[in-house]
Amino acid sequence: MQTKETNKFNISNFASKLAGRQILIPIAALLLLAVFNLIADPSFYKISLDVNSAGDQVLSGYLITILDYGSELAILAIGMTLVTAASGGQDISVGATIAIAGSVILRVLCGSNSRPDELQAPIIVAFLVACVAGMLCGAFNGILVAGFKIQPMVATLILFTAGRSIAAWINNNELPVISDKGFTYFGGFIPGIPVPTPFFIALGCIIIMALVLKFTTLGLYVQSVGINENSSRLNGLNPAFIKFITFVILGICVAVAALIKVSRISSINYSVIAKDIEMDAILAVALGGNALGGGKFNMGASILGAYVIQFLATTLYKFNVKSDAISAYKAIVVIILVVISAPVVREKFKAFTVKMKTKKEVG
Amino acid sequence: MKKRIISVLLASMMALSLVACGGGSKDKEASSNDVKADKSESIKVGIINNDPNESGYRTANDKDMKAMFTKENGYDASFAYSLKNDEQIASAQKFIQDGVDYLLLSAADTAGWDSVLKDAQDAGTQVILFDRTIDADESLYAASIVSDMDKEGETAVNWLRDQKLDEYNIIHIQGVMGSAAQKGRSGALDEAAKSDGWKIVTQQTAEWNAEKAQQIVQSVIDSGEKFNVIYAENDDMAKGAVAALDKANISHGVGKDVVVMGFDCNKWALEELLAQNWNYDGQCNPFQAEYIADVIEKLEAGEEIAEKTIIMDEKGFDATTITEDDVNQYGI
Repeated sequence: MQTKETNKFNISNFASKLAGRQILIPIAALLLLAVFNLIADPSFYKISLDVNSAGDQVLSGYLITILDYGSELAILAIGMTLVTAASGGQDISVGATIAIAGSVILRVLCGSNSRPDELQAPIIVAFLVACVAGMLCGAFNGILVAGFKIQPMVATLILFTAGRSIAAWINNNELPVISDKGFTYFGGFIPGIPVPTPFFIALGCIIIMALVLKFTTLGLYVQSVGINENSSRLNGLNPAFIKFITFVILGICVAVAALIKVSRISSINYSVIAKDIEMDAILAVALGGNALGGGKFNMGASILGAYVIQFLATTLYKFNVKSDAISAYKAIVVIILVVISAPVVREKFKAFTVKMKTKKEVG
Repeated sequence: MKKRIISVLLASMMALSLVACGGGSKDKEASSNDVKADKSESIKVGIINNDPNESGYRTANDKDMKAMFTKENGYDASFAYSLKNDEQIASAQKFIQDGVDYLLLSAADTAGWDSVLKDAQDAGTQVILFDRTIDADESLYAASIVSDMDKEGETAVNWLRDQKLDEYNIIHIQGVMGSAAQKGRSGALDEAAKSDGWKIVTQQTAEWNAEKAQQIVQSVIDSGEKFNVIYAENDDMAKGAVAALDKANISHGVGKDVVVMGFDCNKWALEELLAQNWNYDGQCNPFQAEYIADVIEKLEAGEEIAEKTIIMDEKGFDATTITEDDVNQYGI
């Protein structure tokens, strides 16, 4: 009898502990989707080992597709989380900057000829140049936000509007196509490895970010600037520089995502590449339970949020939902999230759980 | 004090606007004089087009126009670009004021052009529409040179029927819903699917976007459903679809498992045809300049344009018959 009671107590204790955790939100969303798919069609979880056109063994199935296509978003979510936490606003120029960085990659690889038979420069060089381009775009946004104290959404509106034209201009309005096999590895499979490469790239970014957060004070500084700019200045931090650096980090994330994007189809279309991806990245941050007004953040939850969004998209594709309706479903998710995180609802929920607890104890 | 500042400001603004008006009317006179003076030498045309960055089609269209309406060919051309209707209308008004002989127009939107075209008529400017039609009375323009999207779809579907496949399981990837190209190209396939009993495995819009097309095809592959035709309403989406096929080791092209069809005849797409990786590409002809020049010539000679709507010739290319010359001539 005694043991049973303590057990019960432990479970409720554990549940309340988890309820306080931020990561619960994306996990709950993931479970909801997972259970829905399990009931609707268990074949969703089937993974098979097939041979691809290059003759290599590769894994395929819906879950692999989610890991594959969710990766760019996960990478962007890393940068977006930092920007959100430090500046209390979002960067909406991500898609346009991907167009710029992608265009730079192709420009370096192709040289002046838009359809080269062989690459004019090593891929790593092209990628590094794209990183610089991404960082410059990030620095531009960062200076406007941190230096001139413009609202992040307004500041990034400039690149959001102009970015795709700049991308087209970088390649003289031509549409380069790359026929080199090695270039497709980044958005596809490396021969002999059955897991899609974008997942490894995302994993690499996550590990690097985890190490940075663990061994440097970046995370702490970003959060303190986001919570209270004035008091962090009084404590010797430079809020402007920290905001600036988060935008530059997002710029690097954008360059990595751009590499995957252009590698997927070995080409680029300036007006549609990574269209509306900034909204998905912001949604990933929100789904991770992070306050969009800045302050504390949970990186893991944002990344999980990104994969949850792709999980949702893949599920909708599977059930043949019209693809132009997918954004409507995402909107529903946003509405639910915003309502849940509203202070009024939280207070009510807290009061409710306290009531339940006291009731239990009385019983 | 405040009032005084405001009144000074207002007064200065009025003065400025007066000066501006004066300047404007002087310019107008000068330009109309100019027109009379060099009418015998060159034909003055104002060209309003959509932004050339919009697509490969538009880039080719713009290049074609620029190559045709040159000084060497006896034209004095000015260009204006915008994807917005109101900006296009503003530049049309400017061209009419400048006294152009011909206004060539590819309208961003079908509505809202009546009053401008009436102004053009009053000013003696002939209007020729290209690429896109507008909702206005036929008397307001001299000619309209357009693609027949329905026919493009029919040509492609007839080609598909002629392939005599054992069964038709089609992935249909649509463009932006409601656009003329999407309606024409989808309509023909929908009809054929009904009348011939073809199975549409999935019908989704990828909004002209290669990435979306890739995900749509990936989803069908993951589901394990059988398909043997990809009908993509433009080349970009066909490319995205093929990227998904390549990933999953599904062969495509001439004599392979999946028939790939695209539209627009981008040069790189025709090269895929030449390499027999794709099967069919339908043309959407961007080369309207020649037709326009023809119309202008007739009008200058005082002839009547009998049929106001001129439909351009458009081809469909088959991978088994396409030649290197076709790629160079028709690729955009």
